[in-house]
Amino acid sequence: MKKWQCIVCGFIYDEAEGWPDDGIAPGTRWEDVPADWMCPDCGVGKEDFEMIEIG
Amino acid sequence: MSDNAPLVIIGTGLAGYNLAKEFRKLDAERPLMLISADDGRFYSKPLLSTGFAKGKEADELAMQDGEAMAEQLGAQVLTGQEVTAIDTRERLVRLGERSLPYSDLVLATGAQVRTLPWREALAERLLSINDLADYGRFRAALNGRRSVLIVGAGLIGCEFANDLRLGGFEVTVVASDPWLMPQLLPEQAAAAVQAGLEELGVEFHLGCAIENMALEGDGLRVRLDSGVELVADQGLSAIGLVPRSELAEAAGLAAGRGVQVDRQLRTSDPHVYALGDCAEVAGLNLMYVMPLMTSARALAKTLSGTPTEVGYPAMPIMVKTPACPLVVTPPLSGVAGSWQCDVEGRDVRARFVDANGQLHGFALTGVAVAEKLQLTRELPAWLD
Repeated sequence: MKKWQCIVCGFIYDEAEGWPDDGIAPGTRWEDVPADWMCPDCGVGKEDFEMIEIG
Repeated sequence: MSDNAPLVIIGTGLAGYNLAKEFRKLDAERPLMLISADDGRFYSKPLLSTGFAKGKEADELAMQDGEAMAEQLGAQVLTGQEVTAIDTRERLVRLGERSLPYSDLVLATGAQVRTLPWREALAERLLSINDLADYGRFRAALNGRRSVLIVGAGLIGCEFANDLRLGGFEVTVVASDPWLMPQLLPEQAAAAVQAGLEELGVEFHLGCAIENMALEGDGLRVRLDSGVELVADQGLSAIGLVPRSELAEAAGLAAGRGVQVDRQLRTSDPHVYALGDCAEVAGLNLMYVMPLMTSARALAKTLSGTPTEVGYPAMPIMVKTPACPLVVTPPLSGVAGSWQCDVEGRDVRARFVDANGQLHGFALTGVAVAEKLQLTRELPAWLD
């Protein structure tokens, strides 16, 4: 499971946790997150996320 | 001027820095210079209105300083430098006496706050928050104080009302608006947000003009045209933003509601571009992060040799009022239609539809925000 970070505000999408508030179930891989999903903190789009390595 | 001169970006807010980042992904070689009137720290402006709830100092919101950004971007970053004029004929920017050549120039100068007539007289007791330095100054002014009076019930006023209340301050909002965020919301949706904020302890005086503001003791006193008098330890002015286009206008570039640019983000001069809060893109001035990021990607392509038109899908705005979650996509101005609202307590589903039933905007509050993706898919693009 990977984590993806919003380059604008630092919000982290964790594949293990998903984002149930937007109907994205835990375990949803980044490529399966809808293309028009938006950063819950600052509203930018999926393209503004980058994969990050967190321990 | 020689084309060996750098690509120059004026401004190091989200627009300037994100354009530079996107540009460097496509072109690692071309000389690049950013000029900042402030200290050049990279930070995320949307987070300024969540800082009190999280107890964040200004320094903690800064992600990188100007020097680190210069290194990361392979760019020169001039800080504390005000551009005083642009010479489009010679392709020079002037910093007082000094002139710097550019090959292409990008205006990413953002927007400035509207000011109340009492600002000078009230000095530190009436501030605005439009950048990281302002945020630091406001936090310092609040030291030892408990109550804040916010002037303005737009998006920024509402976000700060929620955030300052969560940060433990007593908050009163005064506005001439009849309801919250009237430029974005129908009355029913605004009422839900207001109820959420009131439950949190925020006090509202809407539909009243301010007759006077004056220092009193260590705080301020405000008289409304309704006859009500209010006192507070600190004032926060949040009455709106105006695109910064003076520099462009003085250089003879076309400006309206911002520096006017075409779909390639080019101004009336072929070597000058603009994006972000300072720009009117094909008639639209949208002061939000998502249009800015979309513009940064398109402009980076154009500046690296692939002319690219920017397209705007309809872009929802997530308003940071956790007391009553709110997502809104306002209809573009000039679109004919009307709001249709389903209200269940604090959960409002408001749809702006035209005579043919086509959706042009929406506002969702409370649990209804879960429908945002679905409704966004029904909206026509803003710029195809």
